[in-house]
Amino acid sequence: MSPVPQRRSNAKVLISVVLVVIAMFGFGFALVPLYDVFCELTGLNGKVKTEAQAEMMARVDQSRWVTVEFVTTVNGSMPLEFRAAVNKIKVHPGEYQTVTFYGVNRSDKALIGRAIPSIAPGWTTQFLKKSECFCFNEQRFEPHQEREMVVRFAIDPELPQTVGDVSLSYTFFDISPQ
Amino acid sequence: MSVSAIHDDHHDHGPAKGLMRWVTTTNHKDIGTLYMVTSLIMFMVGGAMALVIRAELFEPGMQFVDPMFFNSMTTLHALIMVFGAVMPAFAGLANWMIPMMIGSPDMALPRLNNWSFWLLPFAALMLVSTLFMEGGAAAAGWTLYPPLVLQTGAAFPFTIFTIHILGVSSILAAINIIVTILNMRAPGMTLMKMPLFVWTWLITAFLLIAIMPVFAGAVTMLLTDKFFGTSFFNAAGGGDPVLYQHLFWFFGHPEVYVLILPSFGIVSQIIPTFSRKPLFGYSSMVYATASIGFLSFIVWAHHQYTVGMPIEGELYFTYATMLIAVPTGVKVFNWISTMWKGAITFESPMLWAIAFVVLFTLGGFTGLMMSISPADLQYHDTYFIVAHFHYVLVSGAVFAIIGGVYYWLPKWTGRMYDERLAQLHFWLTTLSVNLCFFPQHFLGLAGMPRRIPDYALQFAEFNAWSSVGAFIFGFSQLIFCYIVFRCMSGHGEHASGEVWEGASEHGLEFTLPSPAPYHTWETPPNVH
Repeated sequence: MSPVPQRRSNAKVLISVVLVVIAMFGFGFALVPLYDVFCELTGLNGKVKTEAQAEMMARVDQSRWVTVEFVTTVNGSMPLEFRAAVNKIKVHPGEYQTVTFYGVNRSDKALIGRAIPSIAPGWTTQFLKKSECFCFNEQRFEPHQEREMVVRFAIDPELPQTVGDVSLSYTFFDISPQ
Repeated sequence: MSVSAIHDDHHDHGPAKGLMRWVTTTNHKDIGTLYMVTSLIMFMVGGAMALVIRAELFEPGMQFVDPMFFNSMTTLHALIMVFGAVMPAFAGLANWMIPMMIGSPDMALPRLNNWSFWLLPFAALMLVSTLFMEGGAAAAGWTLYPPLVLQTGAAFPFTIFTIHILGVSSILAAINIIVTILNMRAPGMTLMKMPLFVWTWLITAFLLIAIMPVFAGAVTMLLTDKFFGTSFFNAAGGGDPVLYQHLFWFFGHPEVYVLILPSFGIVSQIIPTFSRKPLFGYSSMVYATASIGFLSFIVWAHHQYTVGMPIEGELYFTYATMLIAVPTGVKVFNWISTMWKGAITFESPMLWAIAFVVLFTLGGFTGLMMSISPADLQYHDTYFIVAHFHYVLVSGAVFAIIGGVYYWLPKWTGRMYDERLAQLHFWLTTLSVNLCFFPQHFLGLAGMPRRIPDYALQFAEFNAWSSVGAFIFGFSQLIFCYIVFRCMSGHGEHASGEVWEGASEHGLEFTLPSPAPYHTWETPPNVH
């Protein structure tokens, strides 16, 4: 019988395998920023920029119309009434429009909310330019207060011809201190 | 020196006495037994939960439990079966068989081995205890999707912590298995001579160390979202709940292969023995297993076809998923070719293995149907999915485990099990598993959603059949417990070292005496 061949020591294999485990734990967390970058590049999840962009459209494309529809949602059981003044508007790409939204606090307590925007189809997010939006800041509603909030936006004329309408959705989340 | 004098020089040749033997043991056979017994207990616990589910679904309307508890049952049933029954059963088989199959005296890291087992019962106990906590156990399904899972009451941190411990346990076991297989093989036992069970476990262990840490990270993010104000998955804070789905299925899809690859290994051991032929296409089996392992990492989003992926994404995941059918088909054809013109006998292990090949393939076919993303929109979250994964996990993984237990039980205990009872157990189980899960295909196609305690009237008949099947299936397993208990308590005919006719040509373990001595291969075998 041949002598037992000298294989790598157990400790060496153990250390390299443990390193894999640690690396994969790190990889799990690294996926979080990677996911955001990936979604931003591809516009996969329809996340909309939450910073104002200066109004500077080179031209207005008078030759076509894009219908912009508005969807308003209140998350969970937040006692807020939230709606847009109009359900949809038609805009020429490149032209800035202001749309009013209403929020009514239906409770006896002050509410602090945060609206999270999203757009469908998701990849059109890069063609939406907002110079003003209530979703850029937290919104405070005193008890039973009714408030107007505005969004000012334009659709980039570069938006492919195949897209005739987009939906803008706002979901209010309750972030009042409990 | 006389034989008895040599004998007296060794002081640690047998197990320690008393209960502490089991607590402090570092012997791979003891730990294997502990794993297997724990797994059987958890299988019965998880099975009881399944029967609660099927009892409620026997008729439309609300009968026995409230919807919240029903959802806790589906959640815990899945978590217990995956992490408490199937994975520990494979770990137990690995502990028992891998050292004996590769000619090693024990696992490479015996103390670590003791640890990885003893984490398990405590984690399992904690998971079951969440049922009695304020607000009930987690009820969001085993996938634990936020934001729903964040509404769990006092049980939430315990559920997460349980998953952490279970994860650590299976990572430790996987590390041990990798080091053992890479370092402890007998001289001459090259990688390409290793039995298929060892190969499939090596690949499984690599999957485990790659995915369990990701899952641990994902549930940690759930924990910090709930208690420490982070917003990984919270849209209000700029996070995205869909991110969790990606993290989960990056773990979850390889995880379902963790549950099936060792089964492939077991079946690849059983079929050649009872066909009295060597395994057909050994090296293609190894490469097929490795390909399945690799593909498992790049197909995860086929669980998420309905989240709103772009068409390119749907196409990619459709084709990548379909690709898995190729190596899996290679395996199925190899098993059939092994049986072809073999001198087949149909002892219980072989029956389970053949049932595995047939029923797993059926489950594989429904999997192929679901890989087609436009069709999946109809199947998504319906009972069709439930039928699919029970075909691959019950009549797949569980059948292979039971077959493996019958195959090696005489080697472990030195006693032959009662073949007539075992045949009864097989036929009752196989018929009832089909009665239970086959109608669920039709329910799903007709639109019955999963995870609901009540359903529309037109689904009543199929559900009644399914429940009857489930109860026969559940109670048939008591026969199995009895058979195993009889052998363990030293009843039944003595088994020879070879156990099965010609088995010593199919594995080193059958060249050892039965029952396998407490220490084996202290001098490594000579492998040709």
